[in-house]
Amino acid sequence: MSDAALEEFALRMGDNCLILGQRVSAWCGYAPALEEDIAMANVALDLIGQAKLWLALAGALEGKGRDADALAFLRDARAFRNCLLVEQPNGDYGQTLMRQFLFDAWHVPMLEGLAASREERVAAIAAKTAKEAAYHRDRSADLVIRLGDGGEESRRRMQTALDLLWPFAGELLAADETEARLAGEGVIPDLADIAKKWTAFVEPALEEATLVPPKDAPVRKGGKQGLHTEALGYVLAEMQWLQRAYPGATW
Amino acid sequence: MAEAPTKPSVGDIWRWLEDAPDPEIPVLSVVDLGIVRAVEWRGETLIVTVTPTYSACPATSVIALDVEAMLRRRGIADVKIETRLVPPWTTDWISEKGREKLRAYGIAPPEGAVCAGAAKAAGARIACPRCGSTNTEEISRFGSTPCKASWRCKDCLEPFDYFKSF
Ligand SMILES: [Zn+2]
Repeated sequence: MSDAALEEFALRMGDNCLILGQRVSAWCGYAPALEEDIAMANVALDLIGQAKLWLALAGALEGKGRDADALAFLRDARAFRNCLLVEQPNGDYGQTLMRQFLFDAWHVPMLEGLAASREERVAAIAAKTAKEAAYHRDRSADLVIRLGDGGEESRRRMQTALDLLWPFAGELLAADETEARLAGEGVIPDLADIAKKWTAFVEPALEEATLVPPKDAPVRKGGKQGLHTEALGYVLAEMQWLQRAYPGATW
Repeated sequence: MAEAPTKPSVGDIWRWLEDAPDPEIPVLSVVDLGIVRAVEWRGETLIVTVTPTYSACPATSVIALDVEAMLRRRGIADVKIETRLVPPWTTDWISEKGREKLRAYGIAPPEGAVCAGAAKAAGARIACPRCGSTNTEEISRFGSTPCKASWRCKDCLEPFDYFKSF
């Protein structure tokens, strides 16, 4: 198995968690209800903890002495490998929840598949984090259903969020060369299979939420290769400024 | 420098660890919580293997520091804390004694099969740690720390923390 492909994959997993965690953490102190505020802070914390595990693995595979902090705080946008979905702005609360829902629906089967990886370091992280992701998915699906099948205003907002974010989901579900190779080696699951599981979860939930995915929406992708939307730069500016301005600063 | 006459036994060390509190729920020891996976001597080095509860549990690094400091106070100079992810921690590993301590402290201990949404599946009956009533409801799936959810008792009307089954 090639370490470079595995390193690339660990970066993708870690960057997805890191960027989504950073996005979600921005709700801390601003969420519409106290319970939601606490939920957001907890989800963000889980994701950042998961990012640390994946990025530590990526750094070890790279072998240049970069740890999770160095990878999180000292890389430029082009070096980030997260999918475009997670870097999309928080928008209103509906948008934040829809983004989480579309991500969680992928994250859970992905981690469950990775827990059976032939690469034991990958399997260990996946087995550790799969339960956390499942807990997130229970909540995001529950809220998407309640708000979609809620009042007129909440339904309108959830449908707007779905229309906006749906095109970004496809990137998670289609393998590129690196992922196809790793799947062939039994290191990661086949993404076609993950896509089936994603659809089997998302479709009935959206139906219950009375929400309709846009038809023939183009798939927006590029994040896995480091080609990001403008949004990522703003996330990184906020997340990295302290370590950039005061290199090596600690608590 | 004082020289330790003999190395403490692994059994002694386990007993000491039973007095090492979890920083977030100090009535629980790290042994009650089930996060100490192994204690062994590797030559002159004492290896304590711990497993994190949640990936991001902020207490994990504090626990490692606390355990190391406690063992040094006990005279063990060469201590190494190792972290192990596999098998992943589950609330099934909280000891019976630990569950009793949680209840007495006002936190409902984890109930039911460990799976995502176990508490949500209304089947799980969570008893109020104050009055014992199972006429309770979930307020939020999340709580003041990653390991807790927020619940309310519909009989005595008090809110309480539930150590969620995980
Ligand atoms: Zn009560």
